[in-house]
Amino acid sequence: WCSLIQSLSKPSCNSVMMLFSHFQLLIFPELEMNKIFESVCFFFFLVSINFFNHPLSFWSLYTIIHDRFRSIAYLFPSGLFEKKARPFMKHPDEVFPKQRAVQWGPDGRPFHFLFYTGKQSYYSLMHELYAKVLNIEKHQDRLRAKGLFSAEPKQISLGTSRWLTKEELEATLVETISSHDYDRFIQLMERMLSMPYSSLEEEFILRYRQQLEAQSMHQIVPPLQKDEKGVDFSTAEGKRKTSRSSVVVRDCGSGRITINGEDYLHYFPVLQDREQLMFPLQFAGVLGRFDLEATVSGGGRSSQAGALRLAISKALLSFLSETEGEAMRQAGLLTPDPRVRERKKPGQEGARRKFTWKKR
Amino acid sequence: MAARAFTKGLLGFRHVGAAKVKFSINGQHFATASSIKSPEIQIQSFTEKVPNPPLEKHDHFRLSELFTLKDLFDARVHLGHKKGCRHRLMEPYLYNSSLDYDILDLDKTEEHLRLALNVTAQTAYRGGIILFVSRRRQFCHLVETTAKECGEYAHTRYWQGGLLTNAHIQYGQGVRLPDLIIFLSTLNNVFQQHVAIRDAAKMNIPTIGVVDSNCNPSSITYPVPGNDDTPVAMELYCRLFKMSINRAKDKRRQMELLQGLSEPSSSSS
Repeated sequence: WCSLIQSLSKPSCNSVMMLFSHFQLLIFPELEMNKIFESVCFFFFLVSINFFNHPLSFWSLYTIIHDRFRSIAYLFPSGLFEKKARPFMKHPDEVFPKQRAVQWGPDGRPFHFLFYTGKQSYYSLMHELYAKVLNIEKHQDRLRAKGLFSAEPKQISLGTSRWLTKEELEATLVETISSHDYDRFIQLMERMLSMPYSSLEEEFILRYRQQLEAQSMHQIVPPLQKDEKGVDFSTAEGKRKTSRSSVVVRDCGSGRITINGEDYLHYFPVLQDREQLMFPLQFAGVLGRFDLEATVSGGGRSSQAGALRLAISKALLSFLSETEGEAMRQAGLLTPDPRVRERKKPGQEGARRKFTWKKR
Repeated sequence: MAARAFTKGLLGFRHVGAAKVKFSINGQHFATASSIKSPEIQIQSFTEKVPNPPLEKHDHFRLSELFTLKDLFDARVHLGHKKGCRHRLMEPYLYNSSLDYDILDLDKTEEHLRLALNVTAQTAYRGGIILFVSRRRQFCHLVETTAKECGEYAHTRYWQGGLLTNAHIQYGQGVRLPDLIIFLSTLNNVFQQHVAIRDAAKMNIPTIGVVDSNCNPSSITYPVPGNDDTPVAMELYCRLFKMSINRAKDKRRQMELLQGLSEPSSSSS
């Protein structure tokens, strides 16, 4: 950093290039940064202010620093007008991957006693694990000597958990291990589990176990809430393509439908869209009972109608019985439509359409 | 130059090759694997402060008190393998063989062991890195615990090819290689000579090795003929090496403290 500051005192191409390389840090101060980056950014900002107050400076980034979007347009001129083609900045953590710091001290002596094996964290884990196995065996022997060895000791409650996968173990150890190493690790863990008094090291074992998420096939029913007037209502969300909608279904008995503040007749002039809205209510046979209040954004008219349909069906589940809900699921009302717009490929006119084939 | 003469006997094999950075601090040679950076200058101050114990004075740390011939016999160090497993170069170290079982000469073992312990202690005193190597699964945990307790390093796992010879790629630039390697068993799991013996010889690192009657003692700098199969014998060796290293380090700390106390009065170099 001293060299950077020194170079800034003489305006030159090199300093400009260094400015470019630290541009990211300067222009996006709201990004959550490392302490180093923050201090660097602040330091650089201070120095740049001093530098650019110079009257003969040809590179007045002073105004650009404050107007970051204009500065992006200035520094990254692009012929592409597509919004998605705009440049975006990655977080520094993604650009600089997590690396291990230097493994030895100033006298050259490594910190870890298994450094010279190459895979110090994995081997130290195996060493620790074996020590625990020996410890349990010693404990068992002591109990047997005293005659207190019980046949049914307290077992570890594993429940619905699995061992960490190889990738997860690599992530914990911050170093790569081979599949053979991983198999050995699991073998030793299983051996430890098979010992009757393995509950001694319960905390250690559970550290290397991952709870399986209860993947229930059942639909999550939105809870039925009551507002101040005593009217039952429930909220649900739905999506289709790029549309996102949120619907509040009230058990008023009026049958009014409001979308984004407008009446549904005005919002959806086309019959097809209104039919989509009504379908879940008609299917359940509750056409005039509920009062709908919806918000929807994104997409076109058809996708918005689809999003609203899904949201209404989900919200209705809290008012209907299990069998009726099951019937709705079978009808496909509760399944979000996975279809999205397929991208255009190069060498073709569209997603599927090829260019006209000419014989010659 | 006087310092150079001191270390000649101990680390006299350290001819630093042309490819490596010749890095010599106060007579103590370091062969670092990197060609760009070298260890920090703090190693210089390490040897500058405290004068090294004279190598001519045999057994400066009184390590001969640590064991007796009877201890070796009780730990079954003299038991070798059968006549069929015998290595030709181990014949000078054998006392006899009874019923085809080889018996190692404990007098020679004692002499070699004293020398080896002295070497360990002198290396540890000078702040050298000591690496314990053993490929016996039975004693892997014991060796690693020993290394941990002394504050030194151990490698009792699968030896990857270029750990010593390709160190700057394996570990990173500027790594410091071990200054002494102690083999508590010179054979690997397929009863062949451990690769590290050859690699240490290539990298000019002195080695101490417990050689059984089926091992090859030729490439090892300080061979110690002894049994490497019995748990009692292994525990004895580990205990002896650990005690000698700890003694040397304690002595070092004492001398540094004394030097630190006397420094304001004497003129520093």
